Amino acid sequence: MPIEIPKQKWSGAVREAVIGATPEEGGTRKKKVIVGGQTTMPFLHFEGEVPHPPVIAIEIKDRKPDDWSPLLMEVWGDVADDPGAWAKKAEENGADLLLLTLSLTDADGNPNTPERAVEAVKKVLEASGLPLMVFGPGQADLDNELIVAVSDAAKGERLVLGICEEQNYRTITATAMANDHLVSSRTAMDVNLAKQLVILIHDMGMPLDRILIDPTTGALGYGIEYGYSVMERLRLAALQGDTMTQGPMLITPGEEAWRVKESKVGEGVPEAWGDWKERAINWEVTTATALIYSGADIVIMRHPESVARVHAVIQDLMTAVEPA
Amino acid sequence: MALTGIQIYKLLPKTNCKECGFPTCLAFAMKLAAKQAELSACPYVSEEAKAKLEAASAPPIRLVTVSADGHEAKAGNEVVLYRHEKTFYNKPGLFLRVYDDMSADEIQAKAKPASEYVVEYVGIELDMAGTAIQARGGDFVAAVEAVRAVSDKPLILIADPDALDAALAKLQEIGIENDRPLICAADADNWQAMAELGKKYNVPVTVKADTLEGLADLTEKLKEAGLQDIVLDPGVRNLSDSLTMYTVLRRLAIKSLYRPLGFPIIAFPGDAEDEDKEYALATMAIAKYAGFVVLDRFTPARAYPLLVLRENIYTDPQKPIQVLPGLYEFHNPGPEDPVFVTTNFSITYFSVANEIDGSGMPAWLLIADAEGMSVLTAWAAGKFDADRIAKAVREFKVEEKVSRKRIVLPGLVAVLSGELEEELPGWEVKVGPREAVDLPSYMKNVLAAE
Ligand code: SF4
Repeated sequence: MPIEIPKQKWSGAVREAVIGATPEEGGTRKKKVIVGGQTTMPFLHFEGEVPHPPVIAIEIKDRKPDDWSPLLMEVWGDVADDPGAWAKKAEENGADLLLLTLSLTDADGNPNTPERAVEAVKKVLEASGLPLMVFGPGQADLDNELIVAVSDAAKGERLVLGICEEQNYRTITATAMANDHLVSSRTAMDVNLAKQLVILIHDMGMPLDRILIDPTTGALGYGIEYGYSVMERLRLAALQGDTMTQGPMLITPGEEAWRVKESKVGEGVPEAWGDWKERAINWEVTTATALIYSGADIVIMRHPESVARVHAVIQDLMTAVEPA
Repeated sequence: MALTGIQIYKLLPKTNCKECGFPTCLAFAMKLAAKQAELSACPYVSEEAKAKLEAASAPPIRLVTVSADGHEAKAGNEVVLYRHEKTFYNKPGLFLRVYDDMSADEIQAKAKPASEYVVEYVGIELDMAGTAIQARGGDFVAAVEAVRAVSDKPLILIADPDALDAALAKLQEIGIENDRPLICAADADNWQAMAELGKKYNVPVTVKADTLEGLADLTEKLKEAGLQDIVLDPGVRNLSDSLTMYTVLRRLAIKSLYRPLGFPIIAFPGDAEDEDKEYALATMAIAKYAGFVVLDRFTPARAYPLLVLRENIYTDPQKPIQVLPGLYEFHNPGPEDPVFVTTNFSITYFSVANEIDGSGMPAWLLIADAEGMSVLTAWAAGKFDADRIAKAVREFKVEEKVSRKRIVLPGLVAVLSGELEEELPGWEVKVGPREAVDLPSYMKNVLAAE
């Protein structure tokens, strides 16, 4: 007796977004990244289109970070003082695109400046041809100051600029609009908040295909289930035709996974946690992988070994399978 | 899935005799649909209608339990595709597999540490469900004995029917209470012998086929043979086919109410050719609907994140795991010691409590009622503000416990410090680190130095 394969009919689709511009398009990137376009829940190829795989951004900083796990500094320590060299190494380690996060201060504790931020961005753009995202340190006034300068200096590159938050999105949105960049819209693990901020940004005149949704997440063990379910709900809403939730989703499993004790600390932890490095990599891989299952289009990660493993996951998931 | 009142009404005698205690058959049907009445209250309902109503009220995915001693691995009874729609109920058990061509020593060296493994996460003890034993040209019964000598946890047995018969007899002889393994696998050729074993030893049976029809055909045969406890192995071995087939199986069971496939799924990440792929397949099995998960490789650094993922995915989204608001003590704090404050989200509580405890320094930890949300989420939702914190200070009579009134806010909500100073006159409001992991150094370098 033949069994009817249950397929869901969706009226909506995820919006495509293009990050990075090649010389023909007014930028200097050697390639661009396209995400989104799905017409089904993650990787259900038998039901709809999954035209683009999720991509992995490797996060780099404008200077040596003070608080990263020693396991990360083992890998990046030799290039961490030079954003150009770091960008190059990240590209060699399999990044599809890069995220440059700007620091709050310089190594001596003086506030970061627009000049330094622009210099770092220029170095990165020269050293690597990958599409680039640039996020401020997360303090409204400084974010605006730094990101406006970066946005002007990299006009036409189709960067993703962040972080747009409910309290602070106008300046960044305005400069991204003026300079042909995209923005990342970040809200705290809530479907309605995520939607609301997209509406506010769009109301300023930003086209929807230049707004990425960062619904934020906790790491594995630290609230990932909230991020996971908010992403599933946003994606379901998108497929049901809710236009304000149809942007591609960007998420930061690297940052989250690498700040928890399981990854940061090697000593004085329970024996049952096992080998430090193995555990830390698994923590980042698990956080990123679970979020890809729930709909992430861009995952931002930190360790090259995790990146390689998550690439393998994505490659497998992009194989279309017809159920029988 | 449950029938509507009208659907039930059609199955009733429609005589309105009132013996059930309701004025009409329709009224009774409505109460049945709302689960406020029992079918047995109607003396006239036909056998046929009874069977239909019972079948309709059976769960869409049958609950299958594998047990031994006091341990149980349950799978099934799930009702949704996405956890936010309700919740996922029965956490898939992780089984570590050994093979019968390994020596008894090798088998025990592999099975014992995994079977004994326990890791604590937010106050809950997580462990492996048990051991899977697979025939590979060795002495199957001896392998089962070797495992049973070091573990009294549930088993999954994978062998041909003859070897399984001998092994099941051996388990009876060993005589661990409730020893009810899952046996694998019935296929198109051996299903009769497997069904016999399932009945003879009252154990659940896995059916294995590469197609949905093949699986459905086998479950129907086993059901006809009198077996109820069945588990499905759709024979998938990659992430893409696992996600596809698990999703289709779940939809057929829950959305289409297709009874022949209304059984839990067993996944075999252990069949992967390398450890990274095995790990990825395990995450997929946990997130996407498997009920039993068989692994070949065990290390604490693999098991811990997988078990935590399972906890997280299976947490009831309607009930965030919370701890009781109150004033918690660490290392016998006195009136001079600092008061930390955070929310009652259990992950937040345990992260902070573990660090304060690990610092070895005395301190108070005030847990405010933030409706089970983490610091930032609660703050954004207005559930963790100066007002609520001040309320907690009063409610739990903190001022009676401390003379040196120092309260340390989580660094993530540094913005609250001004308001909190207004709410708590006489208190010194300090801003602690953003991450719990930095608390010990903060206590040592900042607080103790004052
Ligand atoms: S007892 Fe049965 S037949 Fe009589 S009214 Fe109730 S449901 Fe109808």
